[in-house]
Amino acid sequence: MTKYIVRRLLQMIPVIIGATFILFVLVFALPGEPWQGRCGERPCPPAYVDAFKKEYNLDKPLLIQYGIYLGRLLRGDLGTNFYNNRVIDELAVRYPTTVTLALIAIAFAIVIGITAGLVAGINRGSFLDTLVTVSTLVVISVPVFVIGGLAQWSILKLKLTDIIPVTATQGTIGQLILPGLVLGSLSVAYVARLTRTNLVENLRADYVRTARAKGLSKSRVIGLHTLRNSLIPVITFIGYEIGSLMGGAIVTERIFNINGIGGFIFRSIEQRDGVSVVGAVTVLVLVYLVVNLIVDVLYGVLDPRISHD
Amino acid sequence: MIDRRDHKDRGRREQFLAGLAEPDLAVEPPEPASDLLVGEEPTGAADKPHSLWTDAWWQMRRRPMFWISTALIIIFAVMAVWPSLFTSLDPRYCLLAESRQPPGRQHWFGTDIQGCDVYARTVYGARSSILVGVFATLGVTVIGSFVGLVSGYFGHWLDVLLSRLGEIFFAIPTLLGGIVILYSFPSKPDTPYFVVVGKVVLAITLLAWPSIARLMRGSVLQVMPNEYVVAAQGLGASSARVIVSHVLPNAMAGVIAVATINLGVYIALEATLSFLGIGLQEPAISWGIAISAASKMGYITSAPHMLLFPSLFLSLTVLAFIMLGEVARDALDPKLR
Amino acid sequence: MGFGTRTIAVAALAAFALVGTACAQNSPDGQSTGDDSAALTEVSVHGCTPQNPLVGAWTNETCGGHILDSIQSQLIRYDSKTMEPKLDIAESIETDDAKLFTVKLKPGYLFSDGTEVKAENFVDAWNYTAYAPNGAPQSTFLSPVVGWDQLQCTGEEGACDEAQPSTLPAKETLDGLKVVDDHTFTIETAEPTSNLLVRLGYTAFAPLPDVFFSSGADAAGDFGKLPVAAGPYKVTENTATQIVLEKNEHYTGAFPGQVDRIVHRIYSDLAAGWADLVAGNLDFLDAIPTDQLVDDAWIGIVGKDRTASGVAGRIEVLTVSPTDPQFQNNPLLRQALGEAIDRETITKVIFGGSRLPADGWVSPAVDGYKSGQCGAACVYDADKAKADYAASGGYQGVLTLTVNGDGGHKDWADAVCNSLRNTLEVDCQVVLTPDFRTLLNSASNGELTGLFRSGWVQDYPSIENYLTPIYSRGAESNYSRYDNPDFEAKLTEAAAADDLDEANKLYQEAEAILANDYPTLPLWYPTTSAAWSDKIDVIDVTPTSWLDTSSLTVKS
Repeated sequence: MTKYIVRRLLQMIPVIIGATFILFVLVFALPGEPWQGRCGERPCPPAYVDAFKKEYNLDKPLLIQYGIYLGRLLRGDLGTNFYNNRVIDELAVRYPTTVTLALIAIAFAIVIGITAGLVAGINRGSFLDTLVTVSTLVVISVPVFVIGGLAQWSILKLKLTDIIPVTATQGTIGQLILPGLVLGSLSVAYVARLTRTNLVENLRADYVRTARAKGLSKSRVIGLHTLRNSLIPVITFIGYEIGSLMGGAIVTERIFNINGIGGFIFRSIEQRDGVSVVGAVTVLVLVYLVVNLIVDVLYGVLDPRISHD
Repeated sequence: MIDRRDHKDRGRREQFLAGLAEPDLAVEPPEPASDLLVGEEPTGAADKPHSLWTDAWWQMRRRPMFWISTALIIIFAVMAVWPSLFTSLDPRYCLLAESRQPPGRQHWFGTDIQGCDVYARTVYGARSSILVGVFATLGVTVIGSFVGLVSGYFGHWLDVLLSRLGEIFFAIPTLLGGIVILYSFPSKPDTPYFVVVGKVVLAITLLAWPSIARLMRGSVLQVMPNEYVVAAQGLGASSARVIVSHVLPNAMAGVIAVATINLGVYIALEATLSFLGIGLQEPAISWGIAISAASKMGYITSAPHMLLFPSLFLSLTVLAFIMLGEVARDALDPKLR
Repeated sequence: MGFGTRTIAVAALAAFALVGTACAQNSPDGQSTGDDSAALTEVSVHGCTPQNPLVGAWTNETCGGHILDSIQSQLIRYDSKTMEPKLDIAESIETDDAKLFTVKLKPGYLFSDGTEVKAENFVDAWNYTAYAPNGAPQSTFLSPVVGWDQLQCTGEEGACDEAQPSTLPAKETLDGLKVVDDHTFTIETAEPTSNLLVRLGYTAFAPLPDVFFSSGADAAGDFGKLPVAAGPYKVTENTATQIVLEKNEHYTGAFPGQVDRIVHRIYSDLAAGWADLVAGNLDFLDAIPTDQLVDDAWIGIVGKDRTASGVAGRIEVLTVSPTDPQFQNNPLLRQALGEAIDRETITKVIFGGSRLPADGWVSPAVDGYKSGQCGAACVYDADKAKADYAASGGYQGVLTLTVNGDGGHKDWADAVCNSLRNTLEVDCQVVLTPDFRTLLNSASNGELTGLFRSGWVQDYPSIENYLTPIYSRGAESNYSRYDNPDFEAKLTEAAAADDLDEANKLYQEAEAILANDYPTLPLWYPTTSAAWSDKIDVIDVTPTSWLDTSSLTVKS
C-alpha cells in the first residue's frame, strides 16, 4: 500500500509540471499585454511598461520565467500577482467559498441521488423507475447555466427571494444552497443512475439469488448484501466529483455572483494576470489529484477485491 | 500486470454516461464483439446476420427512445442545414423599437433586446451547435481512438508516455482549459465563420481526447488476448492489418456509444463557452450567446421568453443525442442486455 | 462562556448609549474606551481593484481614483456639486502671464503621518512623477512644465534602457519648478496654460510626504498599499477584498469627512454589487447594471429617494479607424454614419435613459460645454443619412464595429449596427474583443478597420481635457490619429488665453472644427446612476459619479 501511494505521488510530479507548463505557455501567449488597460482609457507610457516588465520578469525568455515560477512553486510560494497581492491570499479568500459550494452540491448528490437511485433500482420497471431514468436524462441534457437561469426565474416568479436568495455574494451557507443544488444537479443525476445500475446488477448476482432462495426477505437481502456492494462505486464516484465540481463551478459562480475560485480564474485571464491563473489552477489540479488518490486508496480499503499491491 | 487503478479519472463522467463508470470500466469494456467476426473485413461485419451490429440494430428499433431521439436529431439537422425551411424571417433584421416583446402572433417566441425575432434566431442557432458537436466528436473520436489503439496495442514505453500525456490534459479542468485556449487565439474581425467554429472544435478536441483514448485503450487490452488476434499475429500479419481488421472492429462498440453521448455533451460545452462570452462570436448566431444575453437578472424578470426558447432548443438537442447514445450503448453492451 | 456573552451585551448597550447622547467626544472614563469602536459610523461602498499603487503619480483609472479622492489633497479641490475649483492646500495661486505661477501653501496642513505639507513635497513629488525611468503613468500631466522633455527617455518609442545609459534622461528635476520657501513655490509652463489652476486639482498633482522618498521612493511596495497622504481619510487596510479608509486624525483641511470608516468592498461584477445593495449588505453603489435600468426597474426596487441620476464627466464615441482606406478623406461618409445612428431610441431602450444622446464631443457636466456643437451630424435622420451616404460613395464590404466584450458593450453595439444596417443597408458587424486590453492593443497597432469604441472619463473638469488629450496631434489617446493644423492652432491659442471664459470660447471653436472633420462619431454621454441604502442620511453624488465624503452622513 505504501509503495502504491509513493508511486502515485511520484507520478503526480510530471503531471503537475506538464499542466503548469501548458497553462504557463497559454497564458503567456494570450494576446494583449498585462499592462494595457491599467492606465484608464489611455495607453501606458513606455517607461511604465519597462518598469512593469522588470518587476514581473516579463523581459526574460519564457523558459526562464517558467523556471523562476516553478522554483517558487516548489518552495510553496505561489507568487505575487500584478496587483501586488499575494496569490495565496487571493486564493485563501475564495477557496473556502468554492469548497463549501462543492460540498453542498455533493450533499445534494448523496441525499437526493442515492435515494432516487435506490427507489428506482428496487422498483425496477415501475413508474418510479421510469420517472427517475427519464428525469435524470433530462437533467443531464440541460446545461448548468440554463438550470441556473431557470432556477432564478422560478424563485423570482414565486417571490421566494426572502427565503431562497438568488444571489450569493457573501457566500454564506444559506445563500449557497440554491447554487449548490444547481451545481450538483448533474451529480445528482449521475449518482441516481449509477446507484440504480449497480443495484440492479447486484440484485441479479448469484449471491443474491442464493440468499433469496434460502428464504431471506427481499428487504433483508437488499439491506444486508446488496446495498454495501452497490454503494461502493457510488461513493468512489462522489469522491472524484469533489475535484471536478470545484473546477466546474465557474459557471455557477458567475450566475449567482459567487466570489469563488472559478470567477477569480476567469477574471485573472481577462486581466492577463498569469501568476494568478497558473497559481489558482495549479491548486485545483493538486486538489484533484490528491482527492483522486485518497479515493483510490479508500476504494482498496472498502472493496477487498481490489488490491493495490 | 495492467495497472487497474490509474489514469482514468476525469473521463469518468463521460464514461459513466455510457453506463461504464464502475471503477473497473476502463479495462472492462463491452465483451469482445463476437467470434463470428474473426477474419472478416469490418465493413462486411454489419451485413452478416447475428453480428454485434445487426443485433444492436434489432435491439434499438424496438425502443421508442430510439425513434424519438432520431426524429429530434433529424429535425435539428435539417434546421442546421436549411433554416429557411422553418422561418421566412431574417434573423438579423432587428428593430429596436420592437424590443422585448412577449410571444404573440407576429413574433411566435417574442423579440429579444435588439427587437430581433427570437424564433428566427433560435432556428438559425441550430447550425453552430450541430457543427461544433459533430466536428468535435469526430476530432475527439479519431484522435482518442488512435492514441488509445497505439497505446493499448504497442504498450510499453509508448503506453506510459501517452498515458501521462493524457493525464496532463485530464488534470486541467475542461472548461477552464477551454477558456484559456480560446482566449489565447481570439478571432479577428475578418476571421471566417468556419474558422471561428473550428477554434471551438479544436479547443474541445484538445482537452477531451484522453477520455476516448482511455476507453479505447481499455477495449484494446481486452481484445488483444483473444485467439483471433493472437492467431493473426502468429500468421505474420502486419501490426496495421491486425489493428484494422481485428482489433479495431471489436473495440469500437463502446467508443461509438460514448461518442454519440459526447456529441450532446460537446454541444452543451460550446453553449457554455459562448455563454461565458468566449466561444462563438458575432455574427455567428448561437444558442449559448442568446442565453447569455437573456440571463441577466433584470431581463429574466422582465422578458423570460428570451431565455426560455433558446434554452429549450439547446436542451432538446443535447437530450436527443444523449438518448440515442444510451440506446446504442444498451444495444451494443451485451452485459446489460 | 455565559459570563463572556453578558459582558459583550453590556458593552454593546454602553456603546448604544454613547450614540444616543450624540456628539459624545470622548468616553467619560478610561474603562469604556474599548467600546468606542462600536460607536464608530461606517459606510460600505462599491469598490473595484485598483490597477496601480494608490499614489497620485500612478493611479489614473477610476477604481483607484475614487480612493485617492478621499485620501489625497491637492492644491485645489473641486466642488462636489459644480466641479468648480476651490483652493485646498493652496492659499493662493497667482500668475500674470499664464506661464509663471506662484503657489503659496496654507501653513500647518498635515500629512496623515503628522508631518507638514511643504513646498518641497510638491516639487519632489512632481519631479518623481515626471522622471520617466520611474515609470509613473501620470507623467504626461506634467508635460506643460518647462523641462519635462528633458526628463523623458530617448530609447525606441521613448523606452528607458538601463543597459544603454544614453537613452536615459539627462536631468532628474524639472526646470520649471522652484522652491521659494517652505510654503511657496513657482511653476513655469513652456506654453501659456490658462486652465492650469483647474488641472491642479487632479490627483496626479498631489504632494508626496518625506517618508516616501526616505523609504526608497518605491510606490509598488508597501507605500502604494497603505500610502501616506494629506486627505481627509487614510487607508488602514488594503486587501484583495476590501480597502478600508478611516478618518485621518491629522487632517486640517476644509473638507473633513463625517463618517468614521469608509469600506471599499472590492467587487468584480457590478451585478454582485447591485444584489448586495438590494439585500442591504452594501451602502453605496455608483453604477447600476443596464438590465436593471430598463423600464426604471432599479428605482422601483430601491425607491426614488435612495437613488440619484445626473450628468457625468464622460463621453462615449465611435472612433473611425485611421488605417481604414475607405474612411480617409471622406468626412461625408463618417457623417452619414453618424446621422444613421438612432441615439434617442438606443439610449432609451438599451440604457433605460441612463445615457444622453451626444450633441458634441464635450460632456455637459464640464465647464465650457456648448450644446449642439455637432449639429445635424449627430441627429438621427434616415433620409439625410441615406442621401449623404449615397453622395459619399458608401462603404464597401463589411463595416466592423469593434468593442470589448468584457464591458457590457455588446448590447448597444448590436443596436448601433442594426441601426446602421437598417438605415443605410451597410453590412455592419459587431466584433467583440475578449477584453479592453485586446482592443487597445489592436487599436494602437492600427490593426482595426471600421469603427471601434472609445470612452473618455475626464481627468479634470475642463473642456480642454476633452480635446487636447484625444484630438491633438500625436496625443497618446488620439486613436483616430486626428491631425488638423487649424485645430492645433486653436488649442494653442486657447491655452494662452487671458482668462478661462476666453479660453473656453476658443476651445469651443476648436470643437466646432471637429464637427467638420468628424474624426469620431459621438454616441452619448453616460450619466451617473447611483443608489444607496437606507442607512445613509445625507449624500451628494458628484459629477465624477462618486459620493462626496465631506457631506456624507449616516442615520443615527
